[in-house]
Amino acid sequence: MSTGSVEVIYRGIYQKTLAKNICRGVVFAARKEGKIGIAFGRYSDSPERNGIPAKQFAVVADEQEELEEYLSRYEPDNNDVTIACDDTLCKGVESWAWYGLQPINKLLGENGTLLVTSTQSPNKLINFIHRKASPYDLALVRSEASFSGLWVYKDDHTDVRLLGALAKVAPHMFSIDSMLAAIKEQFKDDLKVTSAKKSYDDTEAQPVSTEQGNEEVPYSFELPGWKEMEEGIVIRGMDMSKGGTGKDGSYVPVRNEVFKKFSTRTMRPVINFETCTKCTLCWLNCPDTCFDVTADGLYDANMEACCGCGVCEAVCPVKECVTMVNEEAFDDNDSQWAMWTKDKDGYGKWLAEKIANQPARSHGFHHIGQYEEDIANDSA
Amino acid sequence: MTPPKAATAETLDGGAPVGGTEELISGSEAVAHAVRLADVDVLTAYPIRPYDTVMQYVSKLIADGEFDCEFIVAESEHSQFEIVKHASTVGARVFVGSSGVGWLYAFEALAVTAGLRVPMVAMVGNRALDDPGAFGVEHNDALAVRDLGWMLCWVATAQEALDTALIAYRVAEDPRVSLPCALSCDGAFLTHSQSIVNVPDQATVDSFLPPYDRKEKLLHPDNPITIAPQANEDWVMEIRKQSDAGMRRARDVITEAYDDFGAKFGREDEPFIERYMMEDAEIALVGMGTLAMPVKVAVRKMREQGQKVGFVRVRWFRPFPVEELQDALGGVAAVGVIDRDYGLGSAFYGGVLAGDLRTALYPLEDRPKVVSFIAGLGGREINTDNVITIAGMVSDAAEGGTTDDQDTYWIGVRE
Ligand code: SF4
Ligand code: SF4
Repeated sequence: MSTGSVEVIYRGIYQKTLAKNICRGVVFAARKEGKIGIAFGRYSDSPERNGIPAKQFAVVADEQEELEEYLSRYEPDNNDVTIACDDTLCKGVESWAWYGLQPINKLLGENGTLLVTSTQSPNKLINFIHRKASPYDLALVRSEASFSGLWVYKDDHTDVRLLGALAKVAPHMFSIDSMLAAIKEQFKDDLKVTSAKKSYDDTEAQPVSTEQGNEEVPYSFELPGWKEMEEGIVIRGMDMSKGGTGKDGSYVPVRNEVFKKFSTRTMRPVINFETCTKCTLCWLNCPDTCFDVTADGLYDANMEACCGCGVCEAVCPVKECVTMVNEEAFDDNDSQWAMWTKDKDGYGKWLAEKIANQPARSHGFHHIGQYEEDIANDSA
Repeated sequence: MTPPKAATAETLDGGAPVGGTEELISGSEAVAHAVRLADVDVLTAYPIRPYDTVMQYVSKLIADGEFDCEFIVAESEHSQFEIVKHASTVGARVFVGSSGVGWLYAFEALAVTAGLRVPMVAMVGNRALDDPGAFGVEHNDALAVRDLGWMLCWVATAQEALDTALIAYRVAEDPRVSLPCALSCDGAFLTHSQSIVNVPDQATVDSFLPPYDRKEKLLHPDNPITIAPQANEDWVMEIRKQSDAGMRRARDVITEAYDDFGAKFGREDEPFIERYMMEDAEIALVGMGTLAMPVKVAVRKMREQGQKVGFVRVRWFRPFPVEELQDALGGVAAVGVIDRDYGLGSAFYGGVLAGDLRTALYPLEDRPKVVSFIAGLGGREINTDNVITIAGMVSDAAEGGTTDDQDTYWIGVRE
């Protein structure tokens, strides 16, 4: 008698079908061994938004009775494996109905495995991931974040590669043979079976101790009781008078302290303050009021508020003044303008390096018209 | 015990200084006067019998220059109720209403109005839920929202309709409650029947009913708030619990309002129920709305024969008057509940009122038998003979006869 559960954390819409395929694959593989299972999406994430961290789960068990405990749960904890379909999720997730930043490994059980698709080094990811009170393993599937979503499904085999790796890190749930048989039956594609097997062979897990990882305590909130909540489903607007002009002449708008949005981000803008013409377009067009106006009239995007939409890059009229860079290239949310005022040469080098070394992304666009260009390049 | 009198200026004996005028008006017209006296700001209308009579009377008051308000004819009941819901959040006192399937066409708006704690007052001209085009009285229309946070009351006379409409505004808008209230008036028997009514003067009404003031919940640019953003599983239960607390607090607020109403208007009514010849009653009949008239006549007839029968009329169905009903009915041997509604497939296939009443009496150690009767559906008359038949069966149940308190009896249906 035993159960096994897998949590799949993915980027909303972009990777919805990917997450579903993984969870269904888990159940079908377990079925090959006479077990039963369920696959479900976290209800509050549906309908989901582009890029927002969302979840699906798969649970398998020997007996129906063991499954019942899971049938009415939104978020099973103590999972055997947590899969992150995009390595930028390793910084933590603030999914739709979660308040505060949830560490990516929060619902992983002791000695469970965190399985991430990434081209980064394991140690780099460990630095992002919050520390956990119990040890666990980290395993990587070498891949960029897959764009296998609701509207467009790019069949890059990420689904079966993760399933093959899963058989390796959780052999107590199913054997690789059962997994390959289930993949063959589901997809009727030998190439996908081969991909799964290769991934199984390649996957190595490394232990992560309780001493490793990001020491920062993720921000969190206490939900109020019914007596504390305002009646009539009334939510107070933020007091705009609390923001405004600082002593030095800078302007910082009021922002919602209980909803920061940055875990939605897969890219962030970096700004070249030397070439900025102070045209105000980024500040005007940012949908999330991210820009602080600095005392010297520049625009500094606040990285706790930025959702990474790329609008500022698209509207900036100066070439390469605002550039969207892969989120995994950053370790903190510090102010770029503060960095620049402290050491302009150092900032210039930092900026050049960020722009030069940004890995390509499978979702999200750098500029208006990129989609059309990509399509043209693909068909050429 | 005195038989009901037309409550005219002359017959008032409460001692309070009551002005006003005496009018021969229907229940709908009485409610229209209450709307005028409450100085309603926004009223939405969509025609359906028998509620539409109140629209006609309010329009006439406006046309005659006696009343001024935003009178909006919507394109459906759904919009009708949505418009006043929003108007209420920006501080307008609102009035609305419907009947039968029209009320149900607004069901989504009805449900969220209660959830949002919007203190709307609506008149339901009770009507059968069609098809085909039935427009006689049944109570299933208003009862459909009974568990959603609407306060529900039924009245029996045009005078009570006017008075209760004013009380409804005071209770609904009280910040301790802040829930919508539906005032049910039986189609035809009340909406279309004229009787002598004391229409109070404005000064007395103003002394009783304070202006609607949403205070910090006013939706206004100077008070930036959002009402009803997305709420998921981590909020909804607390929101429901708040509504539950409001409904519980409504009991005291209703009692206060009736006390003050009696002091100001000189008409003293017991807040939740009306007891008729109950002091020494051995069996009791219970019902809501205008069926009180034939029941009272029948009770007097039976009393003349020496039968100790009494009657309890439930005025407020939500909040349900458990304490009052336990007090009124705890001492009788058997109760016959006459429902002008049906609960198809419910416990014992009984009426809605019968079901709640059984629940209320169950904790009593010496609880009476409760027999469920369904009568007067689709506007069919309930006559005194029907009532005497019912009382006979209730006596039979009390004496351990063949009348079954685990069954439901349809009275006046052709076999
Ligand atoms: S990417 Fe730019 S426009 Fe978009 S939220 Fe961030 S700062 Fe604002
Ligand atoms: S849009 Fe570009 S040039 Fe204009 S203020 Fe923003 S960063 Fe500077």
